[in-house]
Amino acid sequence: MDKKYQKKYWKNNLKYLAILLSIWFLVSFVFGILLVDELNTIRIGGFKLGFWFAQQGSIYVFVVLIFVYIKLMNKLDDKYNLEK
Amino acid sequence: MDIQTWTWVLVGITFTLYIGIAIWTRASSTGEFYVAGKGVHPIANGLATAADWMSAASFISMAGLISFSGYDGSVYLMGWTGGYVLLALLLAPYLRKFGKFTVPDFIGDRYYSNVARVVAVVCALIVSFTYVAGQMRGVGLVFSRFLEVDINTGVLIGMFIVLFYAVLGGMKGITYTQVAQYCVLIFAFMVPAIFISIQMTGNPIPQLGFGSSSDGIYLLDKLDGLHRELGFHEYTSGTKSKIDVFFITAALMVGTAGLPHVIVRFFTVKKVSDARKSAGWALLFIAILYTTAPAIAVFARTNMIETVSNKKYTELPDWFSNWETTGLISFDDKNNDGLVQYVADESVNELTIDKDIMVLANPEIAHLPNWVIALVAAGGLAAALSTAAGLLLVISSSVSHDIIKKIVNPKISDKGELVAARLSAVVAVIIAGWFGINPPDFVAATVALAFGLAAASFFPAIVLGIFYKRMNKEGAITGMVVGMFFMLYYMMRFKFDWFGGGTKDDWWFGVSPEGFGTFAMLINFGVSLIIASFTPKPPKEVQEIVDNIRIPSDAGDAQMH
Repeated sequence: MDKKYQKKYWKNNLKYLAILLSIWFLVSFVFGILLVDELNTIRIGGFKLGFWFAQQGSIYVFVVLIFVYIKLMNKLDDKYNLEK
Repeated sequence: MDIQTWTWVLVGITFTLYIGIAIWTRASSTGEFYVAGKGVHPIANGLATAADWMSAASFISMAGLISFSGYDGSVYLMGWTGGYVLLALLLAPYLRKFGKFTVPDFIGDRYYSNVARVVAVVCALIVSFTYVAGQMRGVGLVFSRFLEVDINTGVLIGMFIVLFYAVLGGMKGITYTQVAQYCVLIFAFMVPAIFISIQMTGNPIPQLGFGSSSDGIYLLDKLDGLHRELGFHEYTSGTKSKIDVFFITAALMVGTAGLPHVIVRFFTVKKVSDARKSAGWALLFIAILYTTAPAIAVFARTNMIETVSNKKYTELPDWFSNWETTGLISFDDKNNDGLVQYVADESVNELTIDKDIMVLANPEIAHLPNWVIALVAAGGLAAALSTAAGLLLVISSSVSHDIIKKIVNPKISDKGELVAARLSAVVAVIIAGWFGINPPDFVAATVALAFGLAAASFFPAIVLGIFYKRMNKEGAITGMVVGMFFMLYYMMRFKFDWFGGGTKDDWWFGVSPEGFGTFAMLINFGVSLIIASFTPKPPKEVQEIVDNIRIPSDAGDAQMH
């Protein structure tokens, strides 16, 4: 593979990582821990929102994040003709 | 049928299944023994990873732990799932592309040094042995409670089963037994949860059930109320400091991503995209249990308080006396009024409950049918055995591959190495069993150490190895050693009271030993980067390795569409 394409592919990958990991940080460390008291003033059904993020919501988002990453990378691999 | 007959039947059926799979999937080469010939389907690998990951602690102890700690228990829920995002995005695909057998393989080759390899082997062995002792103990516990055999006999039976399929089948056998074990353990975990959720809230989905109402009041509000009444801390808010919760969660996440027995599972699939996929499947399968556990915690806690609090001791249900004989629950009538006072105030409180009881006794507390209670026993065994097998494989491959083949005797034949791998698995099982029968007091403390060490050593070395081409052996080795040193020092000082010991007030920045892994990891990153900037670049071949692992394949041609 050409060095230039390789660099481009890698840059694109890093961009995806930065976006996905920011969301990862947001739902767990920010919503579930740092802002938990503020979010707990909001309620969905029987759940306080901050508590819900810490014990439920963050986990659902984690699963979605990985599947989004799989999708994005498969597309990227196709675009660069890798691993057919 | 009574509980015990049901338990024997279910345990018998599942054990026969595991042994059958082991015979059918024997390993015949080191490639099959270490990484199942790299031919595992991503969904199968996801299932196996989930079983490998969810140990006796996840199955038996976690819901109870959350039950007693409320919001603070979130550190385990987020910590032990969030790590998979790191694994999928930062480690698994690249390590799969690298394409060797073990984690020390990567460290040794990427940092072109046998010193790095040995440091990695030592970390892998400490982490895995720490972990496996707890699993064998879990097997013994389940046997002793449900089948009324001696704990030690239980450990021996467990040793024999693991020995059989780990030694015979290697990674190949382990993978397919783990797939079966996942099915058993998740079924065993979900059935009582669904039953209880319907009973208490009318909602069959536990994840929604614990947010709904029972008797006109939201379950969580009711529990918060009960907690306030008895003087406990409100269930939905925490007692730990924010910074500590932050650090513990991060340490568990990063530690999870750095655990060798988890990483090595991603070496078993065919290609890079499969490694990404199996991480996704693994987390999905894990999330089923991990999102149910907090629901069980709330159901069990409410049920338990309502069943025993201020009730006459003589009128308590049967399960209470059943569990009293195991010593996991005990009652001491301090004021001699014949009632059970269960309150936060230690001087008045009369009830002591072991956290493990919450999952094991939950079906009995909720009056579920006997076969459901027996199912929990089979599930607990599946969880403990699958994790133990994965760990034993890491231990045996560290010895036969990383030490014997790579350092001591590189000329050893594939057959010879396979024999060595099997022998080291046997020795590892015996040592693990010994720990199970004579559990050292520090087991509970050392599990935190296992995560801390994985976070402080492997994670930075691997991530820098992939994402920073300039990282060299001087930086990585110093980083790993310094990170480990800090972790061990902090743990020994505050857990074992060495080096002057200390109390909560002496913690650095208010971070507990459980959360210190995050700290040690940051130190490792810092030291590695500083040392690397003063020392020579890695050789050209190594830089090419890095370029190579960053792209899934070099088979495709260079044109873009």
